Amino acid sequence: MVKRLAWKVGGQQGEGIESTGEIFAKALYRLGYHLYGYRHFSSRIKGGHTNNNIRVSTEKVRSISDEIDILIAFDQETIDVNFDDLRQDGIIIADAKFKPANPNESKAKLYAVPFTKIAADLGTSLMKNMVAVGASSAAMGIPLEYFHPIVEELFGRKGEKIVESNIRAIEQGADYFNREAGGRIEELALAPGDGRQRMYMIGNDAIALGAIAAGVRLMSAYPITPASEIMEYLIEKLPKFGGTVIQTEDEMAAATMAIGANYSGVRAFTASAGPGLSLMTESIGLSGMTETPLVIVDTQRGGPSTGLPTKQEQSDIMAMIYGTHGDIPKVVLAPSTVEEAFYDMVEAFNIADEYQCPVIVLSDLQLSLGKQSVDPFNYDKIDIRRGKLIIDDSLPELEKKGSFKRYEDTIDGVSPRTIPGTRNGLHHVTGVEHNEAGKPSEAASNRKIQMDKRLRKLNSLKFDNPVHTNTKHENPDLLLIGTGSTRGAIEEAMTKLANDGVSVNHAHIRLLHPFPAEEMSPLIEKARQVVVVEHNATGQLESLVKLNVGGRDKMSSILKYDGNPFKPLEVYNQCKGVVYHVSHV
Amino acid sequence: MSATFKDFRNNVKPNWCPGCGDFSVQASIQRAAANLSLTPETLTIISGIGCSGRISGYINAYGLHGIHGRALPIAQGVKMGNRDMTVIAAGGDGDGFAIGLGHTIHAIRRNIDITYIVMDNQIYGLTKGQTSPRSAEGFQTKSTPAGSIESSLSVMQMALTAGATFVAQGFSSEVKDLTSLIEQGIQHKGFSLINVFSPCVTYNKINTYDWFKENLIKLSEIDGYHPSNRIMAMETLMKHNDLVMGIIYQDKEKYSYQELLNGYSKEPLAYSRLNLGRETFDNLVAEFM
Repeated sequence: MVKRLAWKVGGQQGEGIESTGEIFAKALYRLGYHLYGYRHFSSRIKGGHTNNNIRVSTEKVRSISDEIDILIAFDQETIDVNFDDLRQDGIIIADAKFKPANPNESKAKLYAVPFTKIAADLGTSLMKNMVAVGASSAAMGIPLEYFHPIVEELFGRKGEKIVESNIRAIEQGADYFNREAGGRIEELALAPGDGRQRMYMIGNDAIALGAIAAGVRLMSAYPITPASEIMEYLIEKLPKFGGTVIQTEDEMAAATMAIGANYSGVRAFTASAGPGLSLMTESIGLSGMTETPLVIVDTQRGGPSTGLPTKQEQSDIMAMIYGTHGDIPKVVLAPSTVEEAFYDMVEAFNIADEYQCPVIVLSDLQLSLGKQSVDPFNYDKIDIRRGKLIIDDSLPELEKKGSFKRYEDTIDGVSPRTIPGTRNGLHHVTGVEHNEAGKPSEAASNRKIQMDKRLRKLNSLKFDNPVHTNTKHENPDLLLIGTGSTRGAIEEAMTKLANDGVSVNHAHIRLLHPFPAEEMSPLIEKARQVVVVEHNATGQLESLVKLNVGGRDKMSSILKYDGNPFKPLEVYNQCKGVVYHVSHV
Repeated sequence: MSATFKDFRNNVKPNWCPGCGDFSVQASIQRAAANLSLTPETLTIISGIGCSGRISGYINAYGLHGIHGRALPIAQGVKMGNRDMTVIAAGGDGDGFAIGLGHTIHAIRRNIDITYIVMDNQIYGLTKGQTSPRSAEGFQTKSTPAGSIESSLSVMQMALTAGATFVAQGFSSEVKDLTSLIEQGIQHKGFSLINVFSPCVTYNKINTYDWFKENLIKLSEIDGYHPSNRIMAMETLMKHNDLVMGIIYQDKEKYSYQELLNGYSKEPLAYSRLNLGRETFDNLVAEFM
């Protein structure tokens, strides 16, 4: 029995690869396994190799795997592209239709199963993915009855006959594998799951659900990979709460419309990726200058320019922290798991309201599109705070027209905020430098007062656990630093390093700006070596750590920018190099 | 107690040049607001950047002076957030027809119930006299010393082809008519575009008050003109090279964006109760299980 297994299905885009993975995954997470799914896809609709990689585990899992145990192939390309990743004793189950060939160098065993023929004999070759699910279940020894309710959910609308034939396709796939290939393979048999019910969702689902939980009623957005799922979810849900998604003409409109909506008092936001964020930069400045709350989600993908639209990268870090002209207060959050993505979204809206500034929620493609099983989100942990917002009629009569001090120079820098419609709170807002009443003012003394006031706001920023730490060791050989979706790969690499006797601590930065220097400083100081793991070519996170904390002499980075997420072994191997090098100098 | 013209005045002295057409636009908005019995709290003016963009700061109402070219998306966001608010977007021809033209066309298509007033002086004033998309061919400016070789954009015709439901044109010298146009624009259920010839006395020596007086025709003086007839509207614009005043076209039948939007709250979203409630939340969570 094994505790962890990696299953991958591959074929041509548009061939049902995704749904094959979905059905397989659904049965397993309902059995109480932890899952992690990651799709490899291209920027086109039909054709091109695609695969869906699903890890099943009895423990939490948040990274793609080093090796594949079972590969389901709908074409030869899938075998040719992926056989290298198969482990010793791994298996390939391929459609007999294309006469699959196992490359000479392959360590895995190939089983040809007539997916298409079995499906066609049952009515339609479209069900070949069901046959494949059946065959892999037989290899892993998963009882087929777990698939019945799932098939019912998927095809119930289409009638009993369709449900019946899909179930038979699964059964016949399993029968064939049992008969011709000898059935269950001991090395692929999973230890039982804990039976607990979990959610299974992509990061973008969690971000969208987090927005609703935060009270969002409006989203203005322009479609882009890998952010579109956020708007798609909200297009379906927001009307149920009286709100809506507006698909704007471009990202400049998306961000400024969100500013207008926030100014009016509603919680609104937008989401995009690098190219869209470039266009939103002026809006970020307007939000900062006018102290209008604004939440923007950036789902990072490969840059620069159009770059690698469907591939993983973390190269917007500097642009998100520093992008926009002039000096403004800004907060950049970087969730590392689906769970954090959800709760951080709620917090992003709270911070935007409390500190009246732009808040960027920085995701990355792997987090946004990777699918994770997660304990159900807890309603009691959702807290909505709106800071100094005044929307009732409680304000005293103004002595003079236009004298409401929207930009009052307060101790914490945060001023009272009213919305259009509020009596006795009438004021003017402008992106031009302004005085306490919001009137344009270029006076040097006023300029300094207002700039200092705005920048002072974040001195009192409270954000729980800005760094997720695993610091078992007082003086570790190695401190690993990461942000965003690299967390799983770093955690697994750490376990391997620990097995080798290397003492490793881990700091995963959740608040990128303002930088949590106070939390990071002692961790870096106490480590012999520091390695920053990140998905970009220039070491943006490493630069940020050096800039805010120092540690230049003992710091290096592991960079990956080929579009694919880190595998735990890649992190492990490079860390070994660093530790080995240091201990032999 | 209904508000008067004075209620919409504040104590800020405009920084416009003496004689600027924008003064009349400001006064017309203030009069229209009073005539419609609005209060300063229920009016929000969103303006762009340029001389005319300062207008939101000169009227006693809620207002936001935003980014060059983006007055419309901001204004649409405000209206969507608070459907009870009267929202006016305002700016110059550079703001609405150069840097913000994309937003103008799409705001027209979207038909959210706001009023857009463009102070059209056919020149860039605040940057001291460069060509605008509304400058005539041959017009000499700092940026076109040999005369502009680009066509002037016919914004009224463009609005008609983009599906506008309210298209009007006014002139700063005709304050009474302009006030009436603004009132009708505000009352129109949907997006209303009002282009106002608002002369720049400093940088545009061609399109002066006298020039407009000589060349503009009142639609009310054209026999049989009816703003519900889109073909007639287009023909008239083409015939008179767009130099007409009045309501050019109005579609009173078409529903606004808000009226068509499925599920859109009857109450302003700005006053929504944000907590979902446990049951609703747990149901959303269960959909992922």
